[in-house]
Amino acid sequence: MRQKPTETPSETASRRKFLSLGAAVGGALTACAEPQEVVEEAPKRLGRAPDKYGERSPFERSSRLGSASKNPETGSTRSPLQDSHGIITPSSLHFERHHAGVPEIDPAKHRLMIHGMVERPLVLTVDEIKSLPSVSRVHFIECSGNSRSEWTDKKGRTAQHSHGLASCSEWTGVLLSVLLDEAGVNPEANWLIAEGADACKMHRSLPLDKCRDDVIVAYGQNGEAIRPEQGYPLRLVVPGFEGNINVKWLRRLMLSGQPAMGREETSKYSDLLADGKARQFSFTMEAKSVITRPSGGQELAREGFHEIAGLAWSGRGVIERVEVSTDDGNTWQDADLQEPRHRIAFTRFRLPWTWDGAETVILSRATDDTGYIQPTEQALIAARGHNSDYHNNCIKAWKIGADGNVTHV
Amino acid sequence: MYSPRSLQCIGRLVLSAACLCATTLAQSPKYKVGRAPTAEEEKAWSITVLPDGAGLPAGKGTAVEGKDVYDRRCAECHGNELQGGDSSALIGGQGTLATPKPLKTVGSYWPHATTIWDYTNRAMPFDTPGVLTNDQLYAVVAFILFKNGIIKETDEMNRETLPGVKMPNAGGFVKDGRPDVGGGARD
Repeated sequence: MRQKPTETPSETASRRKFLSLGAAVGGALTACAEPQEVVEEAPKRLGRAPDKYGERSPFERSSRLGSASKNPETGSTRSPLQDSHGIITPSSLHFERHHAGVPEIDPAKHRLMIHGMVERPLVLTVDEIKSLPSVSRVHFIECSGNSRSEWTDKKGRTAQHSHGLASCSEWTGVLLSVLLDEAGVNPEANWLIAEGADACKMHRSLPLDKCRDDVIVAYGQNGEAIRPEQGYPLRLVVPGFEGNINVKWLRRLMLSGQPAMGREETSKYSDLLADGKARQFSFTMEAKSVITRPSGGQELAREGFHEIAGLAWSGRGVIERVEVSTDDGNTWQDADLQEPRHRIAFTRFRLPWTWDGAETVILSRATDDTGYIQPTEQALIAARGHNSDYHNNCIKAWKIGADGNVTHV
Repeated sequence: MYSPRSLQCIGRLVLSAACLCATTLAQSPKYKVGRAPTAEEEKAWSITVLPDGAGLPAGKGTAVEGKDVYDRRCAECHGNELQGGDSSALIGGQGTLATPKPLKTVGSYWPHATTIWDYTNRAMPFDTPGVLTNDQLYAVVAFILFKNGIIKETDEMNRETLPGVKMPNAGGFVKDGRPDVGGGARD
């Protein structure tokens, strides 16, 4: 499969001309016009010496995609899911969303304060946190604004555009419950307000039950320290909850009897319904999937065998099933799911497929272990109207043209 | 020989002793890491303002004073008339939430007046957060509320009055009822 380079109009025109010429005069001329295959000769030179910190091949160009903004510090970048293999997003390609830029933090000077409704307010160093019992768990993080474009007529033209505000890492850190027990939470506390050390001191309120369950105060990502843009040196990882609540550059945890009702949990990240009421504290990211190969912007170079591959995830648990349709939803087949399947993590699905060269539409539909089935766009709109903005987990369709070009539908 | 009643009584005693023990165990630090914050440190870090006004500091201001703060510190991004620009509109939108083009502003959407103070204090002005004094914060919040028709120009905002301001969309939020489609078990 080829990633289509961006064509200028004149290139597109000459390509069309070439194709019609080829079709007109038959296969022989087409064969003559095929570009000459260039194959590297056997190596005769020494390669480069080992290096202290590895770089990828200069031939690999997959990168995050940002958008122009008057205030880039509040911007976001999207992961190139269409280029990903397996279930882990490289830390360097993990999506970003910042509200006041990426702070530069010296971990030796960084402190985490736990206070409010606790018996023993605590100030902890990063080293002290690292000395505590640790866990490593694979979890996705997804911005609840991911796939926002899918609510509109301007749907994402690649998997990166439509689904790239989701990424998956192995996170290492201390369970938040361990830290809460150290501080001794008062019985009247039922919320935890987490705050970052970015310039806007971004904060969110979390229900205490979730904090005692599976939330991690993380310092590791994919085997090394968390990247600065992911919250170095400490971030919350709140499995299955919307991205914004996974507070980065974590500096303060305040136990409270009420939520903060901060800007990010009232005016933002609340889901407006058709009747003008808005859902608040809509934390969970529901089951979702997207086919990453073939996906928008790619091209099937020939008829015949092509593996269909994609990613599925659910904020409620384990992906139990992914069905794929290669005939615009008329029939569905079960895809193979890559093992091990982690809870609240990307799950890779694969389906062998032979393309007959005809135009078609391909789709995927995930089911999680609660029995929840990924809905259609129409079902979401029927339930929520057109103004929800957040939490769009609808089925994504890709159209494959007779020319092999894959586009959004 | 114990009567069934006294057995029950002993059982209850043992049970409550066990509970007490478990509670004590759960509440004592296991790893003994970290230190207590100093009083000054905790005060300086405690910037969260809750909807009931907890966390609001002393200070006061009115919309009359707030206009000057707004013009100098906010208008460049939010517009001279709070209509928005490089950043969001702070005014208008009331009555649009159930229409195809909802405009979510402080006036039309934000449920708590305390949130405006909290957010402005922690995050604004965008490129120099933290420069406004408490009086300036009360004043500029008063100005935004006044321009939205929520308070009068001369109403003083302070830590007593601000939590009492009734926002137009205070009743506009509902509990997350998902899964609303797709079946599956409720959270």
